[in-house]
Amino acid sequence: MNLKPWMTAAFIGMAGAACAQDDSTLSIDGEVFVTETKAPEHLENISTIYSGWRFRTPETQALQIDDFDNPAMIFVDQGMDLFNAVDGTEGKSCASCHTDGPEEFAGLHAQMPKVVDGKLMVMEDLINTHRQDVMGAEPLKWSGADMQAMVALIGLQSRGMPMDVAIDGDAAPYWEKGKEIYYTRYGQLELSCSNCHEDNYGNMIRADHLSQGMINGFPTYRLKQAKLISRHNRFRGCIRDTRAETFAEGSDEFKALELYVASRANGLDIETPAVRQ
Amino acid sequence: TMVFAEPVDPTAVVYEDGAVAVSLSGQAGDPDNGAILMNKGSGNCIACHSVEALSHLPFHGEVGPPLDGVADRWSEAELRGIVANAKVMFDGTMMPAFYKTEGFTRLGDAYTGKAHADGSVQPLLTAQDIEDVVSFLVTLKEE
Ligand code: HEC
Ligand code: HEC
Ligand code: HEC
Repeated sequence: MNLKPWMTAAFIGMAGAACAQDDSTLSIDGEVFVTETKAPEHLENISTIYSGWRFRTPETQALQIDDFDNPAMIFVDQGMDLFNAVDGTEGKSCASCHTDGPEEFAGLHAQMPKVVDGKLMVMEDLINTHRQDVMGAEPLKWSGADMQAMVALIGLQSRGMPMDVAIDGDAAPYWEKGKEIYYTRYGQLELSCSNCHEDNYGNMIRADHLSQGMINGFPTYRLKQAKLISRHNRFRGCIRDTRAETFAEGSDEFKALELYVASRANGLDIETPAVRQ
Repeated sequence: TMVFAEPVDPTAVVYEDGAVAVSLSGQAGDPDNGAILMNKGSGNCIACHSVEALSHLPFHGEVGPPLDGVADRWSEAELRGIVANAKVMFDGTMMPAFYKTEGFTRLGDAYTGKAHADGSVQPLLTAQDIEDVVSFLVTLKEE
């Protein structure tokens, strides 16, 4: 819990109200997920990390515990179609080379983003590199339905595995840059990610119940928008809400931020594709 | 005939221990309009604060302290300073500065996500808005 001194008294008379994260257990098809665990060593200001699922209403939570109810699964199916679809000048599909199907990528999502040949790569980069370089196909639009369906399909193969991104070695300078962005107070409202998701998780900000801003469920299906939301789209929305000039989806800044934010979730199980309000 | 004073420019506000002694607009505030500003638009104070007197409005936040009885804790001058730029009174506070026009990082054009164009920056609230909000806050007494 993240109680302000002035809130303790208020809570006594508020039993039953939505406060802090709840204590529900997420289990999908009988498999229990880690939604709460000890914070990774590098986190200085919080000791326990929680999945965003724990901050949602029971109605929203319920949509994630059964794959038949999870509206994101339609998009995963579309991702599978795309995986098998021949495209580009080389006449290949992903399946032409990845003959065992997306299952081959089990565990990959847990380590993303990662540095490949000196460059920080997120999942969208891997997908587009393959499309352009080996298939001769057009790159997919970052937050477009096709791209996020593919990201969700590959992410699903790691569902239930703990997030485990590397922050040392080649990754260290990117991680430092992401951390700096996380703690910078942007825009006319002068708010940083940490102001909302570290100092105030569990608190209401107007009608929104603040979580720790974890990305172990991304891409998430957002009921409000009725589609899959990319990590960078969510970052953009949060920065825009501080009356700031945001960074672009796919920018070096957002890749670095993604690495840092992913590392804050190290130890939480991957829930991709999660459902949010 | 009425004499309209020039509002104090956001860059010229004098803070004494975080408080601002004189009206920023040179006029008295309108508490009814202040109550409206607490809700929507650029004020949106109840995003972070709960206020019993505004309990007809939905969704009060929990980020800042409840403002009930705030006039028992702070003088009018202190409340004016807190609303104009709370960072002077509370070092490093999360509360935005509502009467400030410079010193931002990646200032945007309102909520568009685009960069702020060249040209003058408007504070979140005008001088008169601040006075209206303050005149509402001074009504929040419990004792
Ligand atoms: C022409 C063959 C070929 C095609 C077509 C192809 N891939 Fe690959 N892919 C490979 C090879 C070879 C590797 C392993 C070497 C590597 O990591 O580059 C690989 C590795 C990967 C990886 C894992 C990278 C890592 O770091 O572990 C992902 C993800 C991937 N492919 C996705 C895709 C997707 C999605 C498509 C279709 C859009 C696709 N690939 C199409 C040959 C192909
Ligand atoms: C003004 C407050 C505010 C700021 C500043 C802010 N966010 Fe958020 N963020 C929210 C709200 C409200 C939500 C929706 C409720 C929730 O999931 O916490 C949200 C949701 C998220 C989510 C989705 C979590 C999930 O479980 O689906 C992520 C990820 C996130 N924010 C990351 C960030 C990052 C990174 C930054 C800084 C670049 C940031 N936020 C800055 C308010 C903020
Ligand atoms: C993004 C959050 C946020 C918004 C928006 C916000 N505040 Fe605050 N406010 C705070 C916090 C946090 C504090 C506690 C000060 C500190 O950091 O120690 C505070 C403190 C105060 C105090 C002093 C309360 C006390 O009892 O000591 C007053 C008065 C106040 N705010 C009024 C307002 C008004 C009026 C508005 C809108 C015009 C507003 N606030 C908007 C976060 C906010």
